[in-house]
Amino acid sequence: MSTTGFSVQFANIEKRFGMRLALRGVSISISPGEFVALVGANGSGKTTLLRIAALLMRPSGGSIKIGGEDSETLPAIRARCGMVSHATLLYDELTAQENLQFFAKLYDLPHAYEICAAALERVGLSTRARDLVRTFSRGMRQRLSLARAMMTGPRLLLLDEPATGLDPEGQAWLGSEAARLHLEGCTILMSTHGRNEVQSAVTRAVRLDAGLVAEDSHEGGAIRDILSRSGPEE
Amino acid sequence: MSLARATGLILAKELRVELRSRELLSTTLVFVLLVLVLFSFTFDPTAAEARRFGPGLLWLALLFAGSLMLQPSFVREQTNDTLSALRMAPIEPFAVLLGKLVANACYLFFVELILLPIFAALYNLAILPVLGRLLLVLLLGTIGLATTGTVFSAITAQARLRELLLPLLLFPIVAPLLIASSEATVGLLSTQPYLDRVWLVFLLVFDVVFLTAAWLFGEYIFEE
Repeated sequence: MSTTGFSVQFANIEKRFGMRLALRGVSISISPGEFVALVGANGSGKTTLLRIAALLMRPSGGSIKIGGEDSETLPAIRARCGMVSHATLLYDELTAQENLQFFAKLYDLPHAYEICAAALERVGLSTRARDLVRTFSRGMRQRLSLARAMMTGPRLLLLDEPATGLDPEGQAWLGSEAARLHLEGCTILMSTHGRNEVQSAVTRAVRLDAGLVAEDSHEGGAIRDILSRSGPEE
Repeated sequence: MSLARATGLILAKELRVELRSRELLSTTLVFVLLVLVLFSFTFDPTAAEARRFGPGLLWLALLFAGSLMLQPSFVREQTNDTLSALRMAPIEPFAVLLGKLVANACYLFFVELILLPIFAALYNLAILPVLGRLLLVLLLGTIGLATTGTVFSAITAQARLRELLLPLLLFPIVAPLLIASSEATVGLLSTQPYLDRVWLVFLLVFDVVFLTAAWLFGEYIFEE
């Protein structure tokens, strides 16, 4: 399945929490289909920028355009944005199947049951479909979280430190899935603060420092350099 | 997606999660029973006193139960940041609030249905002749309590001192509701039962005003 990813334009984004300025005029233009790694130390503003991209947080200044649209067209944009973070965004008291079906219905997907079954198959959790999420390991939860994000056919996938708590095998799997989504045309924006297997397919690296863009590169060697300086292995 | 369908989906999810965990219902039921039994033994009211003070004690117990039950309503969504997943879905933000509000009202009303015969037995009050009207007062009071409680639960969910903050915000706001509900219940449990329309209209207006406010400002409640 191929899709056209959303473009994302952050224009002079500022975000203030009380007296503290978390983002100080960040401008990044992401083309459709790019796989961007957002790196930086803790508190550099990565998660804040991702939550602004997810339209969960309103910037204090500046503007964001997703797919060329301002945030007025929220529902249409939201319907095609997926998010996977270190928090699973899943209900522990529901089964894997119930979780996916609940979100499929919220997204008004036709044939929700079949779509959920296919998503579970894709992440290798078909046999655990009727088990409660609270019985899952960290890796399985993250797989299910990715299934939840993928089943809507996202044109923009936001990954907020998705490798946190995953073993190398889990990271490699997540990396291959992210690479596959990228090949299908999905735009991916991923925050990370350490080297991990998920970064293998990255086509651009942006380093944030104290709420400012410190480095931004599309070039292979420079990307590796930025990622290698992003922190220790996760 | 229509507001009604999105609300229905959220409500169904809430009920399913609660039926699995039984966290809210069991703790609230035990708590409210304890309060009523303690009140009953502490005051040891005569028949006239029970008719006069019983309704106030009942609504006080329900208020405590409500604040206990409503607190986790949105805190639950923070465990795995599921509130973000709900907010990213292409639905009206008010649907999230309304789904939770209806679920909370259902839980509270369910607790009241179990509580009512125990309350009548402990305070020796005849509730059967006025059951229909009493249920109407309970329903209106419960909707008001669930509406304000759910909204403040959403507002305080991200605060550090949320356990302290919710009662501090909730109690002054629901004081008029509590007075109206208690007075209406006192009338119903008096020797010559009557339902004071002034209090009934007050309860209705309270519910409509706060539901409308929740609908108008629901979008801003979840903003970070």
